[in-house]
This record gives sequence, structure tokens and C-alpha cells, in this order.
Amino acid sequence: MEFKFDMEKNKEKIQEFMTFIDENRDKPGVLMPVLQETQERFGYLPAEILELISKELNIPLSEIYGVATFYSQFTFVPKGENDISVCLGTACYVKGAEKILEELENVLGIKSGGTTPDLKFSITPTRCIGACGLAPVININDETYGKLKVEDIKGIIEKYR
Amino acid sequence: MKNVTLTIDGQKVTVPENYSIIQAAKELGIDIPALCYDPNLEVVGACRLCLVEIEGSRKLETSCSTKVREGMVVNTETEKVVKARKDILQLLLDSHPNDCLTCQKAGECLLQAYAYRYDVKFREHDGAMRPKLIDTSSPYILKDDSKCILCGKCVRTCSQVDDRQVLSFAGRGYDTRIVLDLDKTFETSKCVSCNRCVVVCPVGALVDKRLMGKTRIWDAEVKTVDCKVCAYGCEFEVLSKKGKKLAVRAKAPSNGRPLCLKGRLTTELMHLDNPDKPYRKIGNKFVESSWTKAISIADIIEKINKLENNEEK
Amino acid sequence: MMTLEKLREIKEKTRPILEDRLKKEGKTEIREDGSIVLKGDYYKKQVRIALRNCEIINPDSIDDYIALDGYSALGKVLFEMTPAEVIDVMMESNLRGRGGAGFPTGRKWNEAFKYDADKKYIICNADEGDPGAFMDRSILEGDPHSVLEGMAIAGYAVGADQGFIYVRAEYPLAVKTLKKAIEQAKEYGLLGKNIFGTDFSFDIELRLGAGAFVCGEGTALMESIEGKRGMPRVKIHRTAHKGLWGKPTIINNVETLANVPIIYQKGADWFRSIGTEKSPGTKVFALVGKVKESGLVEVPMGMTLREIVFDIGGGVADDRAIKAIQTGGPSGGCIPADLLDTPVDFESLAKIGSIMGSGGMVVMDETDCMVDIARFFLDFTVEESCGKCVPCREGTKRMLEILEKITEGNGEEGDIERLESLAETISSASLCGLGQTASNPVTSTLQYFRDEYIAHIRDKRCPAGSCQALLEYYITDACIGCTKCARNCPVSCISGKVKERHVIDTETCIKCGTCMEVCPVGAVITR
Repeated sequence: MEFKFDMEKNKEKIQEFMTFIDENRDKPGVLMPVLQETQERFGYLPAEILELISKELNIPLSEIYGVATFYSQFTFVPKGENDISVCLGTACYVKGAEKILEELENVLGIKSGGTTPDLKFSITPTRCIGACGLAPVININDETYGKLKVEDIKGIIEKYR
Repeated sequence: MKNVTLTIDGQKVTVPENYSIIQAAKELGIDIPALCYDPNLEVVGACRLCLVEIEGSRKLETSCSTKVREGMVVNTETEKVVKARKDILQLLLDSHPNDCLTCQKAGECLLQAYAYRYDVKFREHDGAMRPKLIDTSSPYILKDDSKCILCGKCVRTCSQVDDRQVLSFAGRGYDTRIVLDLDKTFETSKCVSCNRCVVVCPVGALVDKRLMGKTRIWDAEVKTVDCKVCAYGCEFEVLSKKGKKLAVRAKAPSNGRPLCLKGRLTTELMHLDNPDKPYRKIGNKFVESSWTKAISIADIIEKINKLENNEEK
Repeated sequence: MMTLEKLREIKEKTRPILEDRLKKEGKTEIREDGSIVLKGDYYKKQVRIALRNCEIINPDSIDDYIALDGYSALGKVLFEMTPAEVIDVMMESNLRGRGGAGFPTGRKWNEAFKYDADKKYIICNADEGDPGAFMDRSILEGDPHSVLEGMAIAGYAVGADQGFIYVRAEYPLAVKTLKKAIEQAKEYGLLGKNIFGTDFSFDIELRLGAGAFVCGEGTALMESIEGKRGMPRVKIHRTAHKGLWGKPTIINNVETLANVPIIYQKGADWFRSIGTEKSPGTKVFALVGKVKESGLVEVPMGMTLREIVFDIGGGVADDRAIKAIQTGGPSGGCIPADLLDTPVDFESLAKIGSIMGSGGMVVMDETDCMVDIARFFLDFTVEESCGKCVPCREGTKRMLEILEKITEGNGEEGDIERLESLAETISSASLCGLGQTASNPVTSTLQYFRDEYIAHIRDKRCPAGSCQALLEYYITDACIGCTKCARNCPVSCISGKVKERHVIDTETCIKCGTCMEVCPVGAVITR
């Protein structure tokens, strides 16, 4: 949960969210619907919002975290506008997918699985995407880039900046 | 409360009807192994080690959650039961590091005791193990996820105190872990170092850090003392070796009080010859502290000094 | 306020409009007795009770549902029967739970009925999670009111005034349809306070799942509604006595509830006349896999697997030989082709090592590897195990590791025995149904397809030719030496001169299949 949530920028959203909490606060078992609302409204579960929920509904943070990590629908990191999936299948792996991944991490300044603070990019490592002939391969949104070399990465990312 | 009579391993026993089988067995001196069961905590039936055979039931039943019934016939060590227990212990050992040589819990570890009792050994394999996540941030508690068997006793005991509730399960399946708040450390969470979790942990996943390296439990003399900080008197243990008092550890909360750090430190101060430096949590940091500050008696001492000085004058 | 009179008026007004529309569409046939059925060979052998209105009525129209006698059962029950009588009829009908376990619905209701409490709940379990199953979704999307009416009847029977539908968030259309249906029913006074002007009140609230298969287990589902981690409870009390928030709770599956209204319309005797003695009525299956016509089928209990696959499903796709049928999803088993004449009912399927389950039915042909199928389902279970009890959390993980090893060609002697031993412990020692049945896909394939396991382990061969790691890529003499394969190989393990036959170095080959894809003459094969 390294991602920084911008309270100022999300002021309006938070206000709407508070209305939702107020309307539902007395509903028994309200935590799940509230977390679902959070996920839908913010695209993930920001720690700051979870703390808010804890305070408002008087539910321990640990319990909220326990529930949130139990259900696969909830995520803790927002996906970027451009989601880069890096194939780590066998063919790509032997063709240097790790180097490509490293370069992506360097260029974007985030770790694999992470999202840039401006929400522009996220890196998602994936299993074989079945394009072994093009190894190593990355997908950005629905576009496939194959037979990549480390030096190609900067240029490709530039296109999406 | 009505009493009922049942037969366990061929012996008849009469107990109140709200007893579970494991409690009734205890009356007979029969020790049914269990890792997640604790009479002071909610029954969850998670470790499955306390399975027994009940005549007339095809399935094995957990003795912690099954209430006694009149005329019930229970067998606690049948071939089927023992096979299940051995397999369960093997599954736990397969995920557990082979560290009994240096583990602080050795000698008191329930997993160790049951592995010995049922002759189950560590074995080499290429499969998954629990993650080697160790939280060393606290001077009072060490949490080692690689040794955790996910019995959940720590979570249950922590949740019994209203303003604590720091611990929770997180994730699910094999990747389940015990976490503090939003996956914080002891230092950054709102944990108050009461050590309730350490008291109930059956393995070496949560240990009292101030005990580490001081003595093996079998070398120590253990004496139970009552805490004197408040009238309720939680129980602590003083560990000594060759007459030298080495360490104090929490034993059990008293009726009405939950165990606390102040009590622990005060007990250390009262009983130990040479207690370790105390630490206080200030913000999100543990900092070395003076004793007067750690047990928050600075102003009292000041006042006493003042009064006594006046008297002398 | 709704009255029986008003209900009849709506029915009489809407029925002709509905019939007109159906006649225009031409997909249905209106029989002399007034029943409406779907036309075509696919439906000929089917008996649609739970699906009676699906694809016939407009699911967004409560009037359409009423036109086909909807809510008449609720009216009848409220005005003509006591709760005890309602339960008697349900017991007599012997409707068994369609979620998989087959527990008699009437007995369940009776347990909660007899238990005194200030509050009771009815839960509809719509957390359909078996991979490949979509029976409940089709009912919720096609005929939501049948479920609402079933819940209200159950509520009247046991004395509950609050219902919950726990539905997967992955079913957005079902959620939308249900929301609308609940709204309409409330507007008509068929849900809410004083239904039909009687003193019976019953409300229904939707609760969404969040992606946890284990929440299909009754007590895990209740935990989830209570806003907690969906970990099954240890069975100290019956949920019919102490369930949701510690109150008597009835939990019925979607298909079960869809059966309820019609039983009160037509009577228990009518229901018992369909299906077998011990398993009356019908069952809906999602017939999928290597079958010519896949889709939902509803058949009387006792129909054989062969009839379902061949007479309704049209047989195996591409006219390959049928190898097995998987029923019951991750809790079920693989039934071999020579047991195709087994009748489909709770007892018969259990006897041969599978289960009825919620209704997944996957047809498999000779190219499907049974070890890999077992691995697939174990992979699913490991992913979905809640992690509470040791045998399921740790044991399924170890079973999966062994199965992965075997399908990757690294199986060893003793693996089969280890699988069997683990399976025995996991099924006898696990806390909930998920763990207790998790090993079924392995034990059933070991029972009927042991040779396939042995072939993988001893001969490092996958008889179905499906396990990638055990395949060998080979270039036949059809090769024209175009060099395309060599140029495209990501690990450069293909050698050969132009216009000469090429050779694959199997040591270096990573079996990605690129050569096979690019070969213009189909000279690359696997063996």
C-alpha cells in the first residue's frame, strides 16, 4: 500500500461516499456493501478510505483488512490508465522477459504489479499469453508488442505518455 | 444444569450437559490433542486435530465443538483418528521450518509435543512453505510468519479486548496470514504490547522477545506471581536459573483485566535483579525509555520527592 | 393493496397479450391444457419445471409472470393453509435441495418452524460458483419472480419476515433483473408489509458476493452477509436453529426455490409423479464441454446420462468417442463412458463416486487428459479454499503439487498412493463441504482412469496427448525445408538446410508450439 491517495482531489467523491455510509450505517452486516461501494467508486480500496470506514462504522481496521483481503473482488492498488502486461511464459522468459520487465520498472519507476503515482501506467506480470513466436512480448491495453529489445521500451512508453 | 453420562475410551464419566467431548475427556485425564482450542476462546474447529470417533456416526467429529450426549460412546485414539492426526501434523510440519534447535518455544511448543507423541517428522520437499516474514520491530514481541500454523488463537484473544483488536487473518487459502491493522508492524500498528497473543500462541510464531536467548524453558524455574499494578492482578511468570531471576512473561489475564505492558514492566521491576531497558511507543516508534516514564510514574515520584523533602525540612 | 381478485384480473388481461407475442415469435407451442413449452428437438425430452417460464415470459414484467399463474401459489398458501400445512405439503413432495447435497427442503423448513425465535430469516443462495455452471443465473435472469415467490412461501411457512438473496457480483444482469423484480413485487404488495392484505409481511434484500467460491457454503455465506470473512462455521448448532445473526435461518438454493410455487399450484402428488421415488422432480444441468448442443437442460430425475448427452445434447462434438462426464464441478467426479447408463439422481451418482452437485455436466472426449482435469479442479479448490482448517488449506495444496508434478512429467512411484492417502484425510477431517469433497475429482479419476496416471508417471506419456510437458514436437518427412520454423523458434532449437527436412532438438525445445503454427504444410506434429 505504497500508493498515495489524494484526499484533496477526491474530495467530492469522498463526500458522496460519506452520504452512502450515512444512508446505510444502521444496516446489519454493512461492511461488505460499503467495501463494494469503495471499490466501485475509487477503483480500489485506498487505505485512507478504509481508515475512514473504520472510524465511521466503528469496525477495527484489522477486521476490515481481513475482510477486504478475503474476497478477490477487492484490490489495494489502482490499475493504471495503461495497463502493461508482461508475459513471463517460458518462451518469453528464455528470450529475456525479465530484462524487459526490469527496464519497464526503471523507465516507469515502479515495481512489477504497481501503478505510477499519476495513475498513467501499471505493470502486470502474466502467464503465457500464447504469442511465443513473438517472444518476448508485452501487451499494453489491447496492443501487442513482440520481439522486444530492451532499447525499444523507452520509445514504446513515450507513445502513451 | 443437567448432567449426562458418557463413555470415553471405555471409561464412564458424568459431566454437565453443556460440556464438549474434549472437556469431558479432560475430567478423565484423557488429553485429546488440539492446537486451536482454548477454553477461554470461541470454539472454531480449525486445526481438526481433536477429531474423535463417536459410535453411530460415520464421520469423525471434532471433540472441541461436539457437545456431550447421554449414552454417547467416544473413542479418541482409534486407527482412523490416529491416521488423520498424523496426516494433519505432517501437513503442518511440511509448511514449518525445521528450527526446533534454536526456537525459543522448544520445550513448550504444542506442535513439537504432538509431533513427538504421534512420531511425525520433518521431511524434505520442493513444495511451498509459509513465507519467511519476520516482524522484529517490537522490543517485546517477535512475530515469525514462517512458524505460524494459523490456529487463530492470537486473533481471538486480541479481539476480546474492545479497544485493541489489532490482529486479523488476511488473505485466504494457503496464503492466509496473521496481520496487524492494515498489514502494519508492531511498531506502526496500534498494538499495545500486552502479549496476550504471545500467551496463547501454541508454536514459535509469536514469542516474548525479552526472553529470547536467556534460558531454555526446561532449564528455568518458573514461578507464577500476581501483578500489583491494579487490584485485579493478572498473572505473570518469573523465570529464573540457578537462583538468578532472568525474565518475566505474561501468563494469563485476570478476571476483568486484559493484561497490559505497564503491569508487565512493573512486575519486571519488582522481581528481576537486572531488568532490560524498557521501551515506550511514541508515535510509530519504539524508543528506549526511563523506568519512571515507562510505567508513567514520573510525576508521582516527583511529588513524593517534594513531599518527603518538605517533611525532612 | 393486492387481492386475489386483482391478481386474477392482471392474469386475464395479460395472458392474451403474452400469447400474441409468443405466437408472433413462433418459438413456443401452446398446448391444450394451457401450458406453454419451447419448440424443437432440444426441448422434446426435457421437462421444464424450474425453468418453466424461462425464455417464455419477459423477466422484467411481473404481469407476464402473473399471466402464467405467478403469485397464485402465494395467495393460496396465505388464504387457505396454515404454516404447518404448508410444511406438510413440502415434506410430502420430498423436494430435495438442488444446490447439491439433496437435503429434503420440507425437513429443513420444519426445523426452523418448530424453533421459537423473535426473528427468522430465509436466504436464497445464488452464489453459483462452479466453473461452467449457469443454471441459477438463467433462472434469476429469466424468471426472477419464481424465486421471490418461493422465498415468500418459505417465509410464511417458517415464520420469517426477512429474506436475503446472496448473489454473485459477477452476474450483473441477474442483479439488475432481481432488483427490478423486487421493486415490482413491492409495488404490487406481493412483498413488503401485509401481503395480500393479510398480516404476513415479508421483505427481500439483495446482498452481493465479492468473489469467494466458498461463500456458496451455507455458514460461510451467512458470515459474508454479516460482513465478515466467508469462513465456514464449525457446526455446533443447526443453522435452522442458529444461523444468520444467531437466528433460525433457512437457506435454499435458487433452483430449489423456483420449484416451490408450482408445487403449491399443482400439489405434492403431481410433483412426486415426476422423477424417481427417492429423488422426485427434475434437475437442471448446464450441459457443456465436447457436446454438440450445449446449454441448459432440465430433465426428470432418473434419466440416464446417455439420454442427456445423446438424445438431448446430440452426442459428442466432431463425432469423437466420449470418454467421461464430469458432474458436480470441483466437488464432483469423472464418470467413465461405460457408466453412461447410470440414472441421474442423488443416490446413483454418489454410488459411482460423483455427486449431483449444483448441475454442472461437462462432456469429455478422448483428447481430454483425466490427470489434467483433476489438476484443474484441484487448482480451483486451492485458489478458493478459505484457509481456516488444516486439511483443506494444507492438504489440497500438497495434492495440487503432486498433480502438477505428474502432468509435468516429474511424477514418481508412490505419488498415487500419496494422493490417495491425502484424499482420505482431507475428506474425513475437513471442516466444511468444500474440503470434504475437494478430493473427489482425484479419487474418481484414480478409480476409473488409473492407467492414465500410471502412464504419466512411469512412461512419461500423456495418453490423451494433452499434457504439454509430456509432448514431443517432431518434424515429419512432409517438411519442405522452407526454414520458417527455424526462423521463428524462440529458442533456436530447429536445424536444417534450405529445402531439406528440418530436425527439432528436443532437449532445448520448450514446447511452445510456434513451429507447428507457422509450418505451411503441417509437417510439425506432436507425439
